[in-house]
Amino acid sequence: MITKKDLEHVAWLSRLELSEEDKEKYAPRLNSILDYFGELDKVDTEGVEPTYHVLALSNVFREDEVNSPTKSLTQEEALSNAPKKQDGFFKAPRMM
Amino acid sequence: MWQSINELKERIHADSSEEIVAEYLERIGSSKLNAFITVDRDGAISRAREIDSRGSDGALAGIPVAIKDNISTKGLLTTCASNILKGYVPPYDAHVIERLKEAGAVIIGKTNMDEFAMGTSTETSFYGPTKNPWGMDRVPGGSSGGSAAAVAGGEAPLSLGSDTGGSVRCPASFCGIVGLKPTYGVISRYGLIAYANSLEQIGPFATNVRDAAALFDVVAGHDARDSTSVDREVDYSSALQNDVRGLKIGVPQEYFGDGTDERVEKTVRDAIHTLEDLGASWTEVKMPHTKYALAAYYVIAMSEASSNLARFDGMRYGLRTEDSDWHTTFSQVRAAGFGEEVKRRILLGTFALSAGYHDKYYLKALRVRTLVKQDFDRAFRDVDVLIAPTMPYPAFRLGEKIGDPLSLYLADVDTVPINLAGVPSISVPCGFSDGLPIGMQIIGKHFDEASILRAAYTFEENTDFHTRRPEGM
Repeated sequence: MITKKDLEHVAWLSRLELSEEDKEKYAPRLNSILDYFGELDKVDTEGVEPTYHVLALSNVFREDEVNSPTKSLTQEEALSNAPKKQDGFFKAPRMM
Repeated sequence: MWQSINELKERIHADSSEEIVAEYLERIGSSKLNAFITVDRDGAISRAREIDSRGSDGALAGIPVAIKDNISTKGLLTTCASNILKGYVPPYDAHVIERLKEAGAVIIGKTNMDEFAMGTSTETSFYGPTKNPWGMDRVPGGSSGGSAAAVAGGEAPLSLGSDTGGSVRCPASFCGIVGLKPTYGVISRYGLIAYANSLEQIGPFATNVRDAAALFDVVAGHDARDSTSVDREVDYSSALQNDVRGLKIGVPQEYFGDGTDERVEKTVRDAIHTLEDLGASWTEVKMPHTKYALAAYYVIAMSEASSNLARFDGMRYGLRTEDSDWHTTFSQVRAAGFGEEVKRRILLGTFALSAGYHDKYYLKALRVRTLVKQDFDRAFRDVDVLIAPTMPYPAFRLGEKIGDPLSLYLADVDTVPINLAGVPSISVPCGFSDGLPIGMQIIGKHFDEASILRAAYTFEENTDFHTRRPEGM
């Protein structure tokens, strides 16, 4: 059961500003979905390993060098979509 | 306007790619389907001219292809149907786009979808819903609804979508076309804007199995930039044999359960009998964890989404609102940029991963995923393919389910287990109910696309459902 207080905490963790109206709207629907997720409690998973990925994967390595075959973006390309930039940097909001 | 690759190639040879591309662009321009978010008129025409003048022996030389708007296209607006990616023009191509360009394909535009691929009806798009060519009051399915409606409506001969929990197969079924979700790892996800990485694959749409296989051949293959990309070279078109003699089909009872429309059940069972008449055999199989797959899928998908979508903060791309302090700015950008369903999934995913709930929801879902996967492993010891309805019912009405998220999630009951297991599945048209298409899915073992393509092709060669076109299109 998600209370209004839980919802505010989760919204903070998610960096999603919710209005009072949003909170009223979201809480009951989130709870009906969580109720449905309760189905999982009916399954006996004692001793069952979790599956994070379906394939047996190993790490992919490459040489740590600039302009390797998987070429990086130029600074200009990387900044091309930034709504705010300054002196070749992304401009972030102030910290405090 | 529903021309096969071979027909188009003949016409390109006789006339030009430019003429064909112009015809499709005209059709898109006068369409009421809202299948496209962005149409690249100038780019497509100049690309067609280039192919016409220099010639190309590529597998798709001069052929128009539509691309789901969550696949990165260099220099061409890519929005994921979200306001938060307003104005985003990728500085690089996805691997599948590089492959298409090498093969001579002409990208005509970016198709509508549920916002960030989260949905089953293409109604959560910031750009408004796409309509189903078989009924303008019906949803096309989702989340790749624009890609499917474009092909079904004769606005593109081929398209690409992505399938995280059914997002290629569902709209293929609702729009009466062919849609393939390959084995996890067969197509590189490099440049696919992530929703739930461990589940999703890019997949082709076409009006027939041969063309879907041809497009699949072009875009599949190893790519070191996707750490889950698998190194296997296969010629999928060679799997197209009109012969199912000896093929063993499993029919999972759980996929014909409560909530399945009677007409859908009968149509799919008739299709299985058609394959039986052609020399296949079938047997019932049990997949007892199927009923828990939907809850496990949504917990995992939402958890992965909450992490993946953390990158959208207005700093590097997309929407930026008035600056305040660090946390407030990001919270406001995200509040203004994401739609309701995306917010819901981020909130639930964050909750499912948060301290105190991680084991109860996320870890539990991953354990159930193991059991669902084992159901498939067990079934495939005795049979070559599984056949089931793609969707429990034909296309529902626009607005019918969007107000009740859970009822919309329940529509994915037959498609999500396949993504949890990572196996391949193809949806093909197998009948109609009140003028609306019905699709069946043919599911295979990991990396055994050959068997499902063979079964799908044989069914198609011996039936005519795939040749029917919506009226008034």
